[in-house]
Amino acid sequence: MIQAIAFYFFATIVVAAAVMTIMARNPVHSVLWLIMAFFNAAGLMVLVGAEFIAMLLVIVYVGAVAVLFLFVVMMLDIDFAAMRAGLSRNAPLGLLIAAVLLAELLLAVGAYGAGGIQLGTPDGSAAQAAGASNIAALGALLYGRYIVLFEIAGIILLVAMIGAIVLTFQPSKPGARARQDVGKQIRRRPEDATVMKNPEIGQGVEL
Amino acid sequence: MIGIEHYLTVSAILFVLGVLGIFLNRKNVIVILMAVELILLSVNLNLVAFSAFMQDLVGQVFAMLVLTVAAAEAAIGLAILVIYFRTRGSIAVDDINRMKG
Repeated sequence: MIQAIAFYFFATIVVAAAVMTIMARNPVHSVLWLIMAFFNAAGLMVLVGAEFIAMLLVIVYVGAVAVLFLFVVMMLDIDFAAMRAGLSRNAPLGLLIAAVLLAELLLAVGAYGAGGIQLGTPDGSAAQAAGASNIAALGALLYGRYIVLFEIAGIILLVAMIGAIVLTFQPSKPGARARQDVGKQIRRRPEDATVMKNPEIGQGVEL
Repeated sequence: MIGIEHYLTVSAILFVLGVLGIFLNRKNVIVILMAVELILLSVNLNLVAFSAFMQDLVGQVFAMLVLTVAAAEAAIGLAILVIYFRTRGSIAVDDINRMKG
């Protein structure tokens, strides 16, 4: 019973948050609603026992992508003074969202403790071993049969990282090339770069 | 009782909302990227629901890979937006017409 209540609660809020994401006039609000949607989707995943993916969703999206979005949203011409002026006006909404999140957390813990949602009967080939946690079973799969996929995922992330750096890198001097001077790096000695000091207590240090 | 169809319904609604967001949005590209993230989220929800339904963890492995691609896509997309903003000073959808698409 509590599982059904939790499911409908999460599902309603994830859909509402998605609607607000695409309807919000202010892109900053859009990002915040998107975070809300991801939290609720993570709750939905916890309900069926996919804890690892749910936590990954929270870490990757709420921790990294959403912050990245906020970072880029700063490029837009947004009047933050006007936004801050709406603080008292938005306080009830913020309190409401906080209350909803708290209720969801309690509900999710209750539903998870009651066994979550059972969606099917075991007949799959890679069924989770009885007694093993979701993370342990997933890790055994990832580092066993799907190790190549895992490595490729890492390479994709590496390429994305290098691509983002290459795209956005701005050399300090205009026209200068972003290039390593390997000889200069190798010629550099520890003696040139570091000094040993033995300061007396209370005297400070001169560099 | 909650079944697979409930999850699929939520996932379908999310997917449609994401597509709708791409079409509705006439202001800036960032919201379009967010709509794409919504679509990928619905895909992930679908994969996880089926993984639980079939008692087959491979669906969750695949959801992880979708997550990886989504993160890479967001990083590259935002990097492109940053350089676009640097050269044009705007990321409004209507201004992005240099390729005459």
